[in-house]
Amino acid sequence: MAKITFIQPDGTEQVVDAENGMTVMEAAKKNLVEGIEAECGGACACATCHVFVDEAWREKTGGPSEMEEDMLDFAFDVRPSSRLSCQIKVTDALDGLIVRVPEKQF
Amino acid sequence: MAEGAMNGSTGAPVETDAVIVGAGPVGLFAVFELGLLDIKAHVVDILDKPGGQCAELYPEKPIYDIPGLPIVTGQELTDRLMTQIKPFGATFHLGHRVDALERLGEGRFRLVTDAGTQFLTKVVVIAAGGGSFTPKRPPLAGIEAYEGKSVFYSVRRIEDFRGKDVLIVGGGDSALDWVLNLQPVANRLTLLHRRDEFRGAPHSVEKMRSLVADKKMDLRIGQVTALHGDNGALSAATIRAKDGEVRIDCSRLLPFFGLTMKLGPVANWGLNLDENLIPVDTEKFQTSEAGIFAVGDINTYPGKLKLILSGFHEVALMAQAAYHIVYPGKKLLFQYTTSSSSLQKKLGVS
Ligand SMILES: Cc1cc2nc3c(=O)[nH]c(=O)nc-3n(C[C@H](O)[C@H](O)[C@H](O)COP(=O)(O)OP(=O)(O)OC[C@H]3O[C@@H](n4cnc5c(N)ncnc54)[C@H](O)[C@@H]3O)c2cc1C
Ligand code: FES
Repeated sequence: MAKITFIQPDGTEQVVDAENGMTVMEAAKKNLVEGIEAECGGACACATCHVFVDEAWREKTGGPSEMEEDMLDFAFDVRPSSRLSCQIKVTDALDGLIVRVPEKQF
Repeated sequence: MAEGAMNGSTGAPVETDAVIVGAGPVGLFAVFELGLLDIKAHVVDILDKPGGQCAELYPEKPIYDIPGLPIVTGQELTDRLMTQIKPFGATFHLGHRVDALERLGEGRFRLVTDAGTQFLTKVVVIAAGGGSFTPKRPPLAGIEAYEGKSVFYSVRRIEDFRGKDVLIVGGGDSALDWVLNLQPVANRLTLLHRRDEFRGAPHSVEKMRSLVADKKMDLRIGQVTALHGDNGALSAATIRAKDGEVRIDCSRLLPFFGLTMKLGPVANWGLNLDENLIPVDTEKFQTSEAGIFAVGDINTYPGKLKLILSGFHEVALMAQAAYHIVYPGKKLLFQYTTSSSSLQKKLGVS
């Protein structure tokens, strides 16, 4: 179990409960978090589940895999903290995770 | 897509029994079910390959719920469907989008593609899935004003780029192919990518790198953040690079950020829509208009599931109804492929 905070571009925060094993994208969709589109349903094939991981959490989530890095080429405004949320698996270690939703997925 | 898109054609209209809009798994299986009933079909898809979502979004991912195929990838399923429908010799128009649907009366329809191809048909099968795959538009302020004038998502005419300062953004095959094709005609060509690694074919990457080494083009690592110009005429773009923001002069921009599914032209065909889906009956999978059917992910009815399996069922029933439109007054005999010699002849197995 982990509590995850999604911060919208306008500063609005939404805290959701996520079960271990699900992805951060699934937690967002389940709780109707705005701005996470996930057109491909988590197949790492659309880059519309882009988030920025809070600096304090980047070490815990780790960086993108090679496949995810390739897919991030299709995202807009990619930064060092960019991840595709469908590729972050929820574990107890991510309890308290903070991610920011970009201005626009595309 | 680029190649198909340039194949403009404005010849005589194509006369056919059925036009299938969309070559996703459901559109493909529609060829089979219609073919068994002697209905010839043309298939149009904006993608440059068949398979719809299966081929574009998850070619290497496994699907576990296709009856009889315990595990099959999106691409394998597409390939198998193409093999299965081969006997029916449907004509594929790939890289083309169906833009318009007109009712000509007396049960005839005219469909027109973005390349100007016209179809005259008795039956329209809309298998448009989640909509037509469309290039992603970078969310840059004011970009709409430049589209079609200075900003393009595909190359229709190379001449539009002759002598221009061209900025291409992206790191895959589309970006690299157009870098190599446009470099000889452009005044100056710049490739911009967010990192110094490219997904494109290794030989294209090599060619691009040698052009850069020979100072025949520029490669920049960074991202576009703003466009400058007026009245649709682009003059420069601001890019954010590692060492800060720079402005580069350019009069043409080609952004390649992949594709997204947008309902697209189907919305303008005068059909009833329910949240971007087309309501149909569950006997014929016909829309509110006779002769126009909707199957697969694009349709909706009580209990609808967006599954490939459901789409396959839908096309079988749709084909029965289409038969009575194409062959009015003829009786349709229900037959099995296992035991009917006439069906087997059509399949080329007897
Ligand atoms: C990641 C992922 C996993 C999935 N896993 C499964 C699974 O395990 N099992 C399952 O049953 N389903 C699965 N699905 C869903 C399945 O892929 C869809 O149900 C299926 O693709 C629908 O097929 P379709 O032929 O109706 O439409 P699509 O596959 O969406 O194809 C529609 C085609 O129509 C084209 N088109 C639309 N409008 C136009 C136009 N105007 N002119 C020209 N072309 C046009 C589009 O470009 C597209 O190629 C999955 C989907 C995704 C994204
Ligand atoms: S949901 Fe498509 S890449 Fe994450």
